[in-house]
Amino acid sequence: MADQATFADEAMQYAPQLYSGALRMTRNRSDAEDLVQETYLKGYRSYHTFSEGTNLRAWLFRIMTNTYINTYRAKQRRPNETELGDFEDLYLYRNLGALQDASLGRSAEESLMEMLPDDEVKQALEDLPDNFRLPVILADVEGFAYKEIAEMLDIPIGTVMSRLHRGRKAMQKALHDFALERGLVAAQPVAADSSFGQDS
Amino acid sequence: MSNDATTTTDEPVIRDCAETLRELDVFLDGELSHHQQAAIRHHLDGCMDCLGAFDFHAELKIVVAQKCNNDEMPPGLLGKIERCFGTDFDGDGKIG
Repeated sequence: MADQATFADEAMQYAPQLYSGALRMTRNRSDAEDLVQETYLKGYRSYHTFSEGTNLRAWLFRIMTNTYINTYRAKQRRPNETELGDFEDLYLYRNLGALQDASLGRSAEESLMEMLPDDEVKQALEDLPDNFRLPVILADVEGFAYKEIAEMLDIPIGTVMSRLHRGRKAMQKALHDFALERGLVAAQPVAADSSFGQDS
Repeated sequence: MSNDATTTTDEPVIRDCAETLRELDVFLDGELSHHQQAAIRHHLDGCMDCLGAFDFHAELKIVVAQKCNNDEMPPGLLGKIERCFGTDFDGDGKIG
């Protein structure tokens, strides 16, 4: 049984991550602040139920995700379950990868880092409907395993995987659209190699 | 494009490009079995096309993780949390 007196020592190190996660969930600073505060309050009060030696970060994110779903999502007038358009796999790679290859003398990572501004990446994520956004936040921003995400969202692992796949694709489509608006990529998509991955 | 098949069960089954790309997400998420992972790596060793796609998405994952996790906490937040239950969280000797 975890001792409440040690909660601050153990838990406060995760505040910056929780705040970023809360911001991606609520999409506004004041709700994000409230959500983090509420998460810590709930965590403190129920810390006796936390089994020491297990993942405290995952435990806190689970509290935060539940709180978001039960409280904050309800007051946002967006539909909870939304379908996404279907996009081609490797959409961004085919259209941005070619451009990336042209940037000689830099590592690919550096150029993707430079090509995609922080605001656009955040926007692309925040524009996803909730049912896709939450799995993507928990997997790609917070690095949780499928099993942990399935438990946090109370959905089967197969659903986590399909929502991740579709959410990521929609995010990539948005990133491409942003790049297009900035004139970074040509309006005509790069022709895909017809022999490569067409049926994936 | 490699599309050959192995005959022994000890060796990882070599997948074709379509099969490899289908596992891209799960591979990059580190959720494949060791056996499946080895099969993918084996294919990537010999297929520059798939390797390019995997590299791109691996990098994209890093970019998303970094750019969506760099928000500065509002300066008063830790103090507000402390005030919630009268605990000196930031260790500055006072509450709030």
